[in-house]
Amino acid sequence: MTPAADQTHGRPDASQTAAPGSAGTLVTVGTPVPTPPTPDRRHLRAIDGEEAGGAAGGTAEIAAGNTDTDPEPRPKSRPEPHPDVDGWGRSESFRTLTRRLYDPIYRYWLRAEWEGIEHVPLAGGALLVANHGGALPSDAPVIMHGIETELLRPVYGLAENLFRRVPVVGTLWSRAGGVPAHPDNAYRLLHDEQQLVLVFPEGTKATGKLASERYRLRRFGRGGFVEIAMRARVPVVPIAVVGNEEAMPILWKSERLAKLFGLPYFPITANQFVYGPVLGYVAPLPAKIKVRVLPPVHFDVEPGAERYNRGMVMDESERIRGLIQHELDDMLRARRSVWRG
Amino acid sequence: MGRRVLVTGLGTFWGSRIAQAFEARDDVDLIVGVDGRAPRLPLTRTEFVKADPSYAILQRVVRATQVDTVLHAHLEVDSTRAGPRRLHETNVIGTMNLLAAAAAPDSAIRKLVVKTSTLVYGSHFDDPYFFREDARRTHVPATSVERSLVEVDSLLRDFAEDNPDIVTTRLRFANVLGDDVSTTFSRLLRMRVVPEVLGFDPRLQFVHEEDVTRALEFAAVNDVPGTYNVAGPGTITWSETCAVAERRRVPMPPVFTRAAAVPLRLLGAIDLPPETLALLRYGRGVDTGALRAAGFEYRYTTRATVEAFAQARRLERVVGAPEPYVYEHDVEEFFRHSRAVVLPDP
Repeated sequence: MTPAADQTHGRPDASQTAAPGSAGTLVTVGTPVPTPPTPDRRHLRAIDGEEAGGAAGGTAEIAAGNTDTDPEPRPKSRPEPHPDVDGWGRSESFRTLTRRLYDPIYRYWLRAEWEGIEHVPLAGGALLVANHGGALPSDAPVIMHGIETELLRPVYGLAENLFRRVPVVGTLWSRAGGVPAHPDNAYRLLHDEQQLVLVFPEGTKATGKLASERYRLRRFGRGGFVEIAMRARVPVVPIAVVGNEEAMPILWKSERLAKLFGLPYFPITANQFVYGPVLGYVAPLPAKIKVRVLPPVHFDVEPGAERYNRGMVMDESERIRGLIQHELDDMLRARRSVWRG
Repeated sequence: MGRRVLVTGLGTFWGSRIAQAFEARDDVDLIVGVDGRAPRLPLTRTEFVKADPSYAILQRVVRATQVDTVLHAHLEVDSTRAGPRRLHETNVIGTMNLLAAAAAPDSAIRKLVVKTSTLVYGSHFDDPYFFREDARRTHVPATSVERSLVEVDSLLRDFAEDNPDIVTTRLRFANVLGDDVSTTFSRLLRMRVVPEVLGFDPRLQFVHEEDVTRALEFAAVNDVPGTYNVAGPGTITWSETCAVAERRRVPMPPVFTRAAAVPLRLLGAIDLPPETLALLRYGRGVDTGALRAAGFEYRYTTRATVEAFAQARRLERVVGAPEPYVYEHDVEEFFRHSRAVVLPDP
């Protein structure tokens, strides 16, 4: 039940012994990092092509990457418009495009920095659990972008299904890897498909916080994420993010307007005073984002059970929340400037 | 001794198709079909009994023929072909009469296979992406066809509980496409331009008509009690479906979509009922693992189903649609029962 070394994936010990708190292990994603060998890069081969400076469009690269590595011959030769939309609505070619567009923001605007990314397993399912913050939070795209470019594994982001009702936005959100946060979806992704799933257990309670309440973690739901991880027999990988809550701080919010529009919250953001009323809901302030991945937490319980002991689930959930809160406090203690880190 | 099978809804495409499949089997001694409509496909040895839509006659038929297997292909899942009253009469009252006949003390029925639809799950924004058979609907059904099918579902659940000696199988089929069958989606994809809801590109599942017949036959000859989803493995987006079927899409407004569908119906272009509009917005996926675990193998994935449909359309554009079969009662009776017939009709 302790955040033990990741035995299932046969990781070298060196990466495990690097304590998350120790200084000097900061890894800047901007500079090339020797990534450990990936066992199965087939599905994300396209990223290699992109990194190598491929000039052609994202879709073409994917198609090319797939044909020469796929063991099964493709039955049809006719090109399809979205041949890569999977059962979750995620499109690898659309992800490639968004990664390309988001990369400058990630690299030069938010200057995302990772620490302990080796704690994210290279194979097998894992539930990534992070803190959430900012009216339109930057943590989700940063974590997904970072892991997909570094580990060449897709990340599915569980989120409020609110987006699904909005035309165009809902479709793009889905193509970019967003999946409605339903327990059945999470279980299928983690257990049946052994994918990486990102979840923010605080939900909209966190993103709707005022700037004055930043980095104070909210309740971790009802601990549902722990139960899913137990059932699916996957580890929980806690992630602490700093900077996300200053990238779009909420100065004031209106209960009445939120109710009127059926939204969880209706904020006025600091960004609106900089970028104007519309762009201020989309564009982040250039807060320095630091991401620290903690060692995976394994649960020593029988998988596949319908229900788990409520007390045990809540204890585990509270413990993981405590781990992240502790790490956040630690990172904030070391931070000299919101903008320079 | 072989099986004695009763097929309800013989006048539907599926009733006729499954009767054909049973006729080809040596282990089926007798096939009796009931319906208000005549069979849709040529049959050689199936006995056809004309019945009213709510099947009041069924108890007599079951008692007289002593059938042991019932294939209930009678449920209407297409609300464009029947109004709310007809749907209730056919689905709910028809099933009640069937269940009453099956549970009667003089009935020999030991197996009941029901062809129903994944419409029982609905289609909403907060649905899981892959419904398992035990999943609950997230919203109460709002359309008449869904209401009637959900009610049939609970009737069948109670029936299976009360009659443990009768193997009861519910097969929930996704949208069917195929060479011959006419469904909401096959009609949609036959149009020159195909509607979509602007800004939505849902994930859908299709099942090939051949797999539908095979699944019904599989459940009739094997003992697989319980509920099973039947859908081609995988999902396909609506935009990709249209691209494979070589159809251009025209957007419908995402607000007041139902109102926008009214002129389409009045002009006779296409009838888009609310449950279809919901599918075009949020789509639906079901888990197909249970039936495969029971031993059934699909011939077509969802994508292959759409591809096969597109190929059938290309062929049809060249050679035209086949002539529909017309049932002639006297001719069929002659070949089945006249003393003049000495060799079986091929």
